[in-house]
Amino acid sequence: MSVPVLEIERLNKSFQTPKTVVTALSGIDLKVQEGEFITVIGPSGCGKSTLLKIVAGLDLAYEGSVKLSDKEVAGPGIDKGFIFQEPRLFPWLTVEKNIAADLSLRNPEVRKKVDSLIELVKLQGFEKAYPRELSGGMAQRVAIARALLRNPKVLLLDEPFGALDAFTRAHMQEVLLDIWQHNRTTMIFVTHDIDEAIFLANRIVILKPRPGSIRGIVPVTLPYPRKKATTSFQSLRLKVLDEFERLEETEYVDRAGL
Amino acid sequence: MSIEQAELRLPPAAVPPAPPIGDTRTGSIQAIVKKPASGWKSIVIDTAIGAALPVLIVALWQWAAERGWTNPLFFPAPDVIADAFGSLISSGELFHHLGISVWRALIGFVVGGSVGLLLGLLSGLSRKAEYVLDPSLQMLRTVPHLAIAPLVLLWFGFGEQSKIVIIALGAFFPLYVNTFVAIRNVDNKLFDVAKVLAFGRAKLLFRLVLPAALPGILLGVRLSLALSWIGLVVAELIGSQSGVGFLINLGKQTSATEDIFVGVIIFAIVGKLVDSFVRLLERKLLHWRESFEG
Repeated sequence: MSVPVLEIERLNKSFQTPKTVVTALSGIDLKVQEGEFITVIGPSGCGKSTLLKIVAGLDLAYEGSVKLSDKEVAGPGIDKGFIFQEPRLFPWLTVEKNIAADLSLRNPEVRKKVDSLIELVKLQGFEKAYPRELSGGMAQRVAIARALLRNPKVLLLDEPFGALDAFTRAHMQEVLLDIWQHNRTTMIFVTHDIDEAIFLANRIVILKPRPGSIRGIVPVTLPYPRKKATTSFQSLRLKVLDEFERLEETEYVDRAGL
Repeated sequence: MSIEQAELRLPPAAVPPAPPIGDTRTGSIQAIVKKPASGWKSIVIDTAIGAALPVLIVALWQWAAERGWTNPLFFPAPDVIADAFGSLISSGELFHHLGISVWRALIGFVVGGSVGLLLGLLSGLSRKAEYVLDPSLQMLRTVPHLAIAPLVLLWFGFGEQSKIVIIALGAFFPLYVNTFVAIRNVDNKLFDVAKVLAFGRAKLLFRLVLPAALPGILLGVRLSLALSWIGLVVAELIGSQSGVGFLINLGKQTSATEDIFVGVIIFAIVGKLVDSFVRLLERKLLHWRESFEG
């Protein structure tokens, strides 16, 4: 087995509120192999977005160790691509300039890569369009291309399709798998949609809240492309749901103990 | 291609909620649906609609003057004003004075506007600069800049300097305030993007802050130009041997009311032209932004 590209060890994170200290993440241990597709799923408030922000280097106030390619994460950088829930494009730039962002399209190398990425995210013909002319799914594809242009070691996606309608979301999941199979970029994808988590992942990391910690990791060995209507998919779905139900039960017990 | 088409064909309800700034796709859809008549025809029609009211008023005025209902000393007839216009143009006086006025307004605007832009950028970008500069400037802002015109005359005399200082004072504040506010209103979410993409300081300024603040800065430019023009009139009326303001003053002293009207009309025309120029600039620079067009 190869060296993990991302290594999280004994990660603890707490927020200081005026009254108390809230533990957001506790004892997170996770190793992600290069080229792996990880989905992180859990109920709201389990700290999945916080975890992603820490890996991105956007939040540095934590205990423990987060290493990318054996180097401690010291801040945000282009080696960690980040996709927000909204596309967050620059409204004054065309699609191709949004992808290039701070790089110049006059540089032939950038030009070539931007063109091939536009092809990869299937936006040919929209190079000169402005963000306001794009649908939500198209705009999110521009955001993905913008992150991929910088050859990130890992692409972090924070509920990227959460704001899209069901049809567009299903389509975007396929586009993302296409990209992944083409580029083999390591993906960490946060979602609260069980189907989405199973459809995409090599491994599903299930988080539980209060404090946010890993409840279990479910490997998904179904071959791609996956069909949501198959029995194997559905039995996996039940397995993940079962984890959640047990999670709820333990919560009841916890409360009973109080 | 089928992918884009499939997505584009989704019903309007499929549009995700809370899009980021600049996303006014519903607006663009409306614009496509009711495309106005294009080209010369629409320009002619729009101009005709806009001109109807002034033309009617001038016609009524002329008619009233010919019947002797108006006092020619207070309200010279439009044709008398037109004659004055003609003679001032043919003698070359009009363009001489207009040239001087435009030059003064331009210098005053450039001086005051650029200082306003610079300090606005400074206060907008740095909290420290804001704490140092903004309280004093906000206090000065509440003083009508024309109220200090006598002081300026006292300090700088009746020469060109005092006029340019008065104009510059007027041009300063709109650009300062609007630049400051525009920078502070830049979407914080885009700063997160800049962080993730590891923009350097220069890139952050030129690729994010300035383009995002440009609509507000251009609004400041427009207001600054308007105030420069007002400052110019005051500066030239107070004491001047040339310029359109002087022409008006001369008209008053020689009871040539029609010359006063000529000066006022010139101020109106140039003011309108300048405003149209900035609007054109806005349309060129902000074409990515689409807003409600009525």
